[in-house]
Amino acid sequence: MDFSDSKLTRRSVLKGATALAGTAAAASPAFFIKNAWAAGQFRNDPGNAKSVTIGFNVPQTGAYADEGADELRAYKLAVQHINGEGDGGLLNTMKPLSLKGNGILGKKLEYVTGDTQTKSDAARASAKRMIEKDGVVMFSGGSSSGVAIAQQSLAQEMGVIFMCGLTHSNDTTGKDKRRYGFRHFFNAYMSGAALGPVLEKEMGKERRAYHLTADYTWGWTQEESIKNTTEKLGWQTVNAVKTPLGAGDFSQYITPVLNSGADVLILNHYGKDMINSLTQAVQFGLRDKQVNGKNFEIVVPLFSRLMAQGAGDNIKGILGSTNWNWSLQDEGSKAFVKSFGAAYGFPPSQAAHTCYVQTVLYANAVEMAGTFFPPEVIKSLEGFEFDGMGNGPTEYRAADHQCFKNVLVVRGKQNPSSQFDLLEVVQEVPRSQVEYDPKIFGGELGPYQA
Amino acid sequence: MDAILLQILNGLDKGGAYALIALGLTLVFGTLGVVNFAHGALFMLGAFCAVTLQQLLTISKRVKDESITFFDAYKETPYLEIWFGDTGKTIIDFSVPLSILLAIPVMLLIGFVMERGLIRFFYKRPHAEQILVTFGLAIVLQEVIKAQFGANPVPQAAPDFVAGSADIGLWFGLGEGLVYPWWRLIYLGFAAVVITLVFSFLQFTTYGMVVRAGMQDRETVGLLGINIQRRFTVVFGIAAVVAGLAGVMYTPILPPDYHMGMDFLVLSFVVVVVGGMGSLPGAVAAGFLLGILQSFSSMNEIKSLIPGIDQIILYLVAVVILLVRPRGLLGRRGVME
Repeated sequence: MDFSDSKLTRRSVLKGATALAGTAAAASPAFFIKNAWAAGQFRNDPGNAKSVTIGFNVPQTGAYADEGADELRAYKLAVQHINGEGDGGLLNTMKPLSLKGNGILGKKLEYVTGDTQTKSDAARASAKRMIEKDGVVMFSGGSSSGVAIAQQSLAQEMGVIFMCGLTHSNDTTGKDKRRYGFRHFFNAYMSGAALGPVLEKEMGKERRAYHLTADYTWGWTQEESIKNTTEKLGWQTVNAVKTPLGAGDFSQYITPVLNSGADVLILNHYGKDMINSLTQAVQFGLRDKQVNGKNFEIVVPLFSRLMAQGAGDNIKGILGSTNWNWSLQDEGSKAFVKSFGAAYGFPPSQAAHTCYVQTVLYANAVEMAGTFFPPEVIKSLEGFEFDGMGNGPTEYRAADHQCFKNVLVVRGKQNPSSQFDLLEVVQEVPRSQVEYDPKIFGGELGPYQA
Repeated sequence: MDAILLQILNGLDKGGAYALIALGLTLVFGTLGVVNFAHGALFMLGAFCAVTLQQLLTISKRVKDESITFFDAYKETPYLEIWFGDTGKTIIDFSVPLSILLAIPVMLLIGFVMERGLIRFFYKRPHAEQILVTFGLAIVLQEVIKAQFGANPVPQAAPDFVAGSADIGLWFGLGEGLVYPWWRLIYLGFAAVVITLVFSFLQFTTYGMVVRAGMQDRETVGLLGINIQRRFTVVFGIAAVVAGLAGVMYTPILPPDYHMGMDFLVLSFVVVVVGGMGSLPGAVAAGFLLGILQSFSSMNEIKSLIPGIDQIILYLVAVVILLVRPRGLLGRRGVME
């Protein structure tokens, strides 16, 4: 065979090889390329392992232990549903859905748990252990904004995504926002924007408000947001007093309200502080009082059913806002309440709902990205629009990683039909009413590559 | 003027609770020489006596809410109401005051068991070991309560007829509109009665006289043939009852949770140290003094002058007192010096 006459020259072989490589690249599934590009390039890359681990860092001890326990129940349920076990829960109603019910990218989802103790340092230590020892690709948890912000910073440093649980401070997706942190829960600004028109309708434009505020990031931002809203309505702010976290007896802060000329008390308290301050405010006769010719009113901007139980009858008739309530009748809420109720025998709290949704959203984003590589997952979540998760059409805004959706204005129910029926929905405030320019809170998301 | 009167009442109220807990703490320290970090847990256990009685009284017939299909939701009607109508309702309404009857024997028993079962083994051990073991006991007790009752506060209501506020402005000739919650006034009165009873017992009974003698010189009293140890056990029981009753009566003011004891413990130690270790009148005086100081430092006028003073006032006072008078206001020479 004489190769000298052949058309097979060095040049033609190179041309052919290049063309072949180009065709192969074009025909290959996208995930193959992404994986090939990202493999071993990021922390806790599951590589070819058959399973992948995520971490749930919730308060298992301390004042928020009950809320943490409810969050953990929801997380476990989400893991089951993502792995294709159980009745599928919100995977049946979520749109668009990339998850296939076989884990994430075909890998079985496993989890580890940690205890934040509702303390920033304990939460960071626990999250670090999850990242370094357990090799989690994502961690999640909630019940305090201070704790969430601390974990979010760690997420950015370590290059592992943190899906916030219950955190309501504007700072979480405002001045302290991070590229590796995402929040589904609503925030103080949204509470203010949602409550404003209802407060105007029920209490009028001429009111004098007195704030008692928990002295930490969440309390400060909530006070600011509610003040902005009410002052725009024409209300005056008589005073805004910071109270130490866990004060127990608030009587010394409530007595000055009596003769201040205020006719509305706004309690920027959550959890035990809210239960105690509300109980004591009612005992001091504030709800029976008449000031400036008007009935004295109390407002609790952030409500939770679990906390409402602790306040007993004192919560009846009090206005507030909430991220979600089990009594909603949309398909997503019904599906979640059904799954949760069947598994545990009682309805989920709003904390449980947001934690469940966050887990599913992360898993879905990985499936969409086709890789666990965090920058790609982050890009999938940024600007992601979805529906069927219990809050109506929702968007994960790219500019600040805050979810925008409808907000519920609720009132403590006068005549509950059961032990769980504590809040009635006064109004489902549309998303457009609670939206804002992300620039108002400042902050920088930071880089995609940690 | 109104504001000052209200803050004095607030301070006395708070001081009442501090004084009751500190009284028990200092009683145990004065008799047994034990620094009892589990004393706050006794306050919490007392509060949960009220919760337990309320739960027993409100055992209910449950009617399923048929509109809920995904889980079991019930409308509950207490059997007491079904069986006895209004009388049943009244009994439930009075569950907190009735809890006193339950708390006295229960807390006495808990006190005896604690002292005989654990604390007596630590009399001769250093204070650091006593603190460790009693602190550990406090954690165990609060975790037991959390396992049974959960971490969330459990609301307790005062009886209906004292649920509102008293028009104290009229009492003091300051006109209408100056109000103060009835239950807080009752708590103040209750604290005064309990403190008087404890002092009377120690001052005016032979039993109390022997206990006081034992506090001064345990060995000499023992040499006289008196079983002083048994009396000290009884004193520990009394301290537990005082703390427990303080807890029971505090529940309508502060919905109890498993951690409430710890919250009060630190403050009560500050009270004991300021009052003088082992001094009963010192503990009571310091309790009321610090309660009032805490209330006044929370006034907006004071806070605008010194921001954050309300959060540090107790510790600031403790530092100053310890610097100028290391044994506390009414402390005896040689105790913990």
